[in-house]
Amino acid sequence: MAPYEPLRLHVPEPTGRPGHDTDFSYLPLSEAGAVRRPPVDALATQTSDLAFTLIRVLDKDGNAVGPWAPDLDVATLRKGLRAMVKTRAFDARMQIAQRQKKMSFYMLSLGEEAISCAHAMALTDGDMCFPTYRQQGLLLARDDCNMVDMICQLFSNQNDPLKGRQLPVMYSSKKQGFFSISGNLATQVIQAVGWAMASAIKGDTKVASSWIGDGATAEADFHTGLTFAHVYRAPVILNVVNNQWAISTFQAIAGGEGTTFAARGVGCGIASLRVDGNDFLAVYAASQWALERARRNLGPTLIEWVTYRAGPHSTSDDPTKYRPANDVARFPLGDPIARLKQHLITLGAWSDAEHDALQKELEAEVTAAQKEAERHGTLADGHVRSPAEMFEDVYKVMPAHLRQQRQELGI
Amino acid sequence: MDNDNNSSSDMNAAQSRLKQVNDPSGGSAVRAATSVGATSAMTMIQALRSAMDVMLERDDNVVVYGQDVGYFGGVFRCTEGLQKKYGTSRVFDAPISEGGIVGTAVGMGAYGLRPVVEIQFADYVYPATDQIVSEAARLRYRSVGDFTAPITIRMPCGGGIYGGQTHSQSPEAMFTQVCGLRTVMPSNPYDAKGLLIASIECDDPVIFLEPKRLYNGPFDGHHENPVVPWSKHPLGNVPEGYYTVPLDTAAIFRPGKALTVIAYGTMVYVSEAAAAESGVDAEIIDLRSIWPLDLETIVNSVKKTGRCVVVHEATRTSGFGAELVSLIQEHCFYHLEAPIERVAGWDTPYPHAQEWAYFPGPQRVAEAFKRAMEA
Repeated sequence: MAPYEPLRLHVPEPTGRPGHDTDFSYLPLSEAGAVRRPPVDALATQTSDLAFTLIRVLDKDGNAVGPWAPDLDVATLRKGLRAMVKTRAFDARMQIAQRQKKMSFYMLSLGEEAISCAHAMALTDGDMCFPTYRQQGLLLARDDCNMVDMICQLFSNQNDPLKGRQLPVMYSSKKQGFFSISGNLATQVIQAVGWAMASAIKGDTKVASSWIGDGATAEADFHTGLTFAHVYRAPVILNVVNNQWAISTFQAIAGGEGTTFAARGVGCGIASLRVDGNDFLAVYAASQWALERARRNLGPTLIEWVTYRAGPHSTSDDPTKYRPANDVARFPLGDPIARLKQHLITLGAWSDAEHDALQKELEAEVTAAQKEAERHGTLADGHVRSPAEMFEDVYKVMPAHLRQQRQELGI
Repeated sequence: MDNDNNSSSDMNAAQSRLKQVNDPSGGSAVRAATSVGATSAMTMIQALRSAMDVMLERDDNVVVYGQDVGYFGGVFRCTEGLQKKYGTSRVFDAPISEGGIVGTAVGMGAYGLRPVVEIQFADYVYPATDQIVSEAARLRYRSVGDFTAPITIRMPCGGGIYGGQTHSQSPEAMFTQVCGLRTVMPSNPYDAKGLLIASIECDDPVIFLEPKRLYNGPFDGHHENPVVPWSKHPLGNVPEGYYTVPLDTAAIFRPGKALTVIAYGTMVYVSEAAAAESGVDAEIIDLRSIWPLDLETIVNSVKKTGRCVVVHEATRTSGFGAELVSLIQEHCFYHLEAPIERVAGWDTPYPHAQEWAYFPGPQRVAEAFKRAMEA
């Protein structure tokens, strides 16, 4: 027998780095319409194959094909396009405002708009999302979206609903089904499962939807969430947004090499789907399937949304330092807005002129909202809430030691 | 519901129960008992179970879960019979994942439930640290009250049962340092039930530490003696119905004039034994709520006696005693006639075979009394 070679530590590397192109063949793809759609009451074990394929509806020519094509009217499709364009316009404007130091920090959802916008449109009022920091589309796609409130939060100004306590983008809005964003990763997954368990304990009809990126799936709370969701058959959707990058860390470092994130669900006995996250129709259809399953006491679904983080992680990093600058253009799943636009044009229900007009209208809407928010100040002009308020809400009723410390601060 | 709603009669009841220990005539205690219905002799385990029973009955939003908590009723039997009475959707077993137990409780709290979860031993709580420190404790603050975590996290703590390093710890200081948490440790069945009900009703997250050496009787550190059962102790006489012991209120466990002892949990009885054996007329304060703290009761006592000994079972360095000594120095410096003494567990892991050398027993406490009196 051959002698043993010394053992080697395997540290995964992306195929592309600055200076040489990414080989995207590491991502298993399926043709649009090629993946089967099981009935919503299928056993979890009967979905195992769907963790390794890719559910897609929109083909290269903008047609909706296959068993997952949702039955959506043109008005709904236009609404979805509007939500995505709005989200992108909002992000672009806020990115500039951050450069102008009106806020300390910002995070774009560029390229990932279909996932949160289509999912939001599939939800029912009363359902609760437990988001991470790149799901602003969940708020912006809502009919009751309040951009002024969102921008006041970003600017940490006098009207910031969170009183300047949270980093920009860490929104909280119970009435809009949006749980307070933590900033500590993955904590929200097990909390979403708990919320869903509570809904089941009370005999309610509401479901929870938790959100996590590929990188944070390495945290214990993600795996714990899968176990509890399975054990108690919790009415929850476990969304994993695989955008390939966690700051500078490629998804293989989170454990994506040679497998999929959807496959995590299979081992836990959870129905699992792997879906084209840049395909608005596929996102809507898969969300609807999982929501129906949850609402019918059929238990949780894990959905891996395959997408690409087209922007930096946040305003604090420069992605050209760690990945090829042409990745976005070469990513095989394209741009979610361009793809839905093409679909509507194919249907004869949209035109470039209408799209340009929509773009301008929404940019103006965002600009107007920003102007309104700026009336209440920005971080740059120092119109933030009084430090006296930082002692409130630590406890329901302020204890003596905090009253004393507030006095020491002299306010 | 809100612990601020505690009626003054509940508060009086709690205080007069404690007074009865040193007041055999127990006049006010009799009134207190009638104000809260029938009483019966309970161990601390029975009292805790009774608290959960009362709250499961009163409030549909209360749920109880943890490892072995459902069918079996918990390894210490604190939840025995509750699943049978309230069903599996309100009292149930959880996977062996402290992070998952607390994390789901935070989500349930956000929904509107009042989960009461059991961590099988306080020594096992560390995997849940992120969910306690970063999530439960700060949810109200970071969401400006949009979401809250009105959860109670029960856990047996303390040594004296030959539990070794993983079944003996007293981690209270890890929680008192976290803003937004309440940390509670009862020393007797009466307080255990009243404090647990107050904790469940409280809208803040509560760390509820149960000194397991006190589950069956008031242990004074003389491990060579048989345990005195709670049925022989006045504080083992517990109302069967609903009552609360207010959070953030200490009790004068033993009034005295010579020096002030600040203790909680098992150390209350150890200090009582030390006072009896040394003949020092110690005023023993049982904190009950470790944080937020009843500073007024402490300051009044130390200003009266001028001497103070702080006693806890947890390791000494950065233990809660350090905070107590600091506060007393800030508030009572010109009344002190001696340096403040600290008696605590040694700064080592809790050993197994050597546990009685580790445990701060009555002799160590009495020696501290002597130093404080002779200084």
